[in-house]
Amino acid sequence: MTPCTDESIDPTDVEALENDAESGTPEGREMTRRQFLAAGGVLSAGVATGLPGLARAEEEPGNPGSAPSLMPVTLSINKQKRQFTLDTRTTLLDLLRENLDLTGSKKGCDHGQCGACTVLMDGRRVNSCLTLAVAAQGAEITTIEGLGDEKNLSPVQRSFLEHDGFQCGYCTPGQICSATALLEEVKRGELSTVSFETGHTRQPAITDNEIRERMSGNICRCGAYPNIVAAVRALTGRGGAA
Amino acid sequence: MNPFAYQRAAGPDAAIHSLHALTVHSAKFLGGGTNLVDLMKYGVETPSTLVDINHIGLDQVKAGAGGAVIGALVRNSDLANHPDIVANYPLLSHALLSGASAQLRNRATTGGNLMQRTRCYYFMDTSFPACNKRKPGSGCAALKGFNRIHAILGQSDEGAASAHTCIATNPSDMNVALYALDAKVDVQGPKGKHSIPVRDFHRLPGDHPETDTILAPDELIVGVTLPPAKFARNSWYLKARDRQSYAFALVSVAAGLEMDGGTIKSAGLALGGVAHKPWWPREAEQSLAGKPANEEAFRKAAELALTGARGYEHNTFKIELAKQCVVRALTQAAKGVQA
Repeated sequence: MTPCTDESIDPTDVEALENDAESGTPEGREMTRRQFLAAGGVLSAGVATGLPGLARAEEEPGNPGSAPSLMPVTLSINKQKRQFTLDTRTTLLDLLRENLDLTGSKKGCDHGQCGACTVLMDGRRVNSCLTLAVAAQGAEITTIEGLGDEKNLSPVQRSFLEHDGFQCGYCTPGQICSATALLEEVKRGELSTVSFETGHTRQPAITDNEIRERMSGNICRCGAYPNIVAAVRALTGRGGAA
Repeated sequence: MNPFAYQRAAGPDAAIHSLHALTVHSAKFLGGGTNLVDLMKYGVETPSTLVDINHIGLDQVKAGAGGAVIGALVRNSDLANHPDIVANYPLLSHALLSGASAQLRNRATTGGNLMQRTRCYYFMDTSFPACNKRKPGSGCAALKGFNRIHAILGQSDEGAASAHTCIATNPSDMNVALYALDAKVDVQGPKGKHSIPVRDFHRLPGDHPETDTILAPDELIVGVTLPPAKFARNSWYLKARDRQSYAFALVSVAAGLEMDGGTIKSAGLALGGVAHKPWWPREAEQSLAGKPANEEAFRKAAELALTGARGYEHNTFKIELAKQCVVRALTQAAKGVQA
């Protein structure tokens, strides 16, 4: 049984890379920086997700000696159906990054505290780090790669560029996915806690405070918040400042 | 994370059957996973099997002025934005939207929120050997540790080495509103269905800090029932925290007032962040009935609510903070709906 039957590296390759890494001889393999990083990611993911031959399950608390549990999983990601055989522990985030090379979704905290991993699940924003891939079966997953590309940016992507809504860029894919869902939530008339504080629970006016509250699940360590708010504000039909 | 088997249940009966058969192997229901998966990553929860209940139905809300029935799998965001909940139980919407982030609320479920575990640092970090909740009998590292977020009411404190000591708090916002609203938790087990008043659903630590609720291991929360809406016009959820959004409460207050002119006919009051369970100050709540809605009545309720409160090195400030929050939440509730 292969750990992953889609585009990911098969386990024999992983072992070959591991051997290369141990012996320090890359055997003439020409690797780009991204390939090298991706390969390294696969190795570390192997430990984290329990790929056969790499799992260290006996060291895990609670279930001494228990073997990884593998399952066939079909997921729809950016409108493409894909089949995998996955360790049940694999999060959606790790699957995207390590198995599909969709590295736009970022791993910040890996505990649902930073929002860098935000993707859309059936159009709703979720933390992919807390979503088990097996539990995402049947849902349509949209990542930053599915929103647009360099030649065809989504309105939110364009607005972040126009308003310089980032500095280092690490949190940006999560911010953009989050803002994309925010705009849909606003269209549906959904509320935030600020709507209660301002007494506008019938038709919330999307003020800057509303935007800040609604984007609070996405942390930006560079502190690009003013420009992030500006990028979102421009898309809510309020071009100028509040 | 420890390896685990995964099953997807087709309905409530199948889910309960699966869990009942697997209970000895520490199987757990998987809802939104926002708390359980997190704790599994930390090695705090180590279930052998996850029974995924996301596809068993129980995802509808039926609500009006006469009451509400909320399915256990209704997402926090959907519940908070349900027009009949916003109109009749704005306290519940307000509390739900004060918790977590939009991303987390989109996954977190009503049943899962009721089962949410404490955010005590010493519970969540397995590198601390002492935590009676995580490892019964090991003691309590929080008692003499950094206990800023910890309990001031209802705690078990027999010293750091005691097997009973626990000063953890329930982190939920939704639960606090459900206590003020006097909700019922509808559960189903192998022997059938029954309802539990939410105020009895969670436990104080007592002699068993490891147990948060009275739910049996093979029982499933199927829904939450709300009594007729009394506080649709006058309610407020106040959450005091270290930053304005996306943080757990230091202290929170859910306040509802049923008004008859300027007089309080009845009140609903509960506090979060102060105890092992949402704190229902029965005497404080009852003291408000028949009183004019003024500061004097609110201050008296606040004093009653904090009767017996005791702080630790880093959280004694919570006692005065909680009193002020009670007064302010009641004051805001008395102002009524502004929209």
